Amino acid sequence: MCVDCGCSTTAAPEPGTTRLLDLGRSLLERNDARAASLRQTFRTAGVKVLNLLSSPGAGKTALLEALAPRLPSAAMAVIVGDLATDNDSRRLQSAGLQAVQITTGATCHLEAAMVERALHRLDLQALDLLVIENVGNLVCPAAYDLGETLRVVLLSVTEGEDKPLKYPATFHGADLVVLTKVDLAAAVDFDRALAMQHLAMVAPQAEVFEVSARCGDGLEDLVAWMAPASAPCA
Amino acid sequence: MHELSLMEAVRQQVLVEAERHGAQRIEAITLRVGSLAGVDPEALALAFEVVMAESIAAGARLLIESVPALARCPACLGTYPVLNGICLCPHCGGLGGHLLQGRELQLATLELE
Repeated sequence: MCVDCGCSTTAAPEPGTTRLLDLGRSLLERNDARAASLRQTFRTAGVKVLNLLSSPGAGKTALLEALAPRLPSAAMAVIVGDLATDNDSRRLQSAGLQAVQITTGATCHLEAAMVERALHRLDLQALDLLVIENVGNLVCPAAYDLGETLRVVLLSVTEGEDKPLKYPATFHGADLVVLTKVDLAAAVDFDRALAMQHLAMVAPQAEVFEVSARCGDGLEDLVAWMAPASAPCA
Repeated sequence: MHELSLMEAVRQQVLVEAERHGAQRIEAITLRVGSLAGVDPEALALAFEVVMAESIAAGARLLIESVPALARCPACLGTYPVLNGICLCPHCGGLGGHLLQGRELQLATLELE
């Protein structure tokens, strides 16, 4: 209100006065809004979307390569994020999958806007399943909603049983945890019971599958879970 | 290390608010950060100086309010603090919990001159 006559004109603030604004706005509001719109787009198109998170080298690409012959690849696509190179999309294409590479440069995670742009290179109407292979990183991708139906976190036996305790924020958000490279468990003295105990502590809500991309162990169960109609959609 | 891009978002939001309120200078910025938000307050502070340089927010105070993670136990319905991300209910000893708070990444308040 105007300080001189009480009219409704907003007065210019006096120089030197301080004001406190109570905002309470999310720092990720732009990403969240885009993710919500993506989620709507995916739902309308009838596409189930999985966001795959793990540390670098946990075996995200190897797992998808091993799953490729077992999945209905015609109705499936992968969006894969890396800081540099298109190595992973080429590997996935060689395995018979439709794959689109996002190279993020210096960015350590995928954001909804990047997924939005990558979708221009896919025919969403022809898909039932879209897998987003996030940048290998167990910290930053956890904060960015990509509009996915379900979030999948990979943990390889070579990383150690306490990885879930070291990165609780990421594991806490998982709908499914996939324990990978189980064929190497004995070679690295992997304590399975301890790892399961740690997962139950930080990701009590998550289902856990144990697989080996190299030997094929556990892949059929995972394929059944990934099938568009079988798993509960969030 | 996505603290830099988060701070870019802070910069964008505070400059818009400052302009809307005809402010000459931003004196203080308070962020609210949940303990399960996956953000390091020290890295935020470092990013703050870099990102706000040469804007009307240069030299502003950065205050970070941490929000402890709290969960509700699905078994006994008690509320408990989630320490180090571990969902272990101290009331009934059950594992599991629906997170009530702890993922916040917010621009809480802004002090303008």
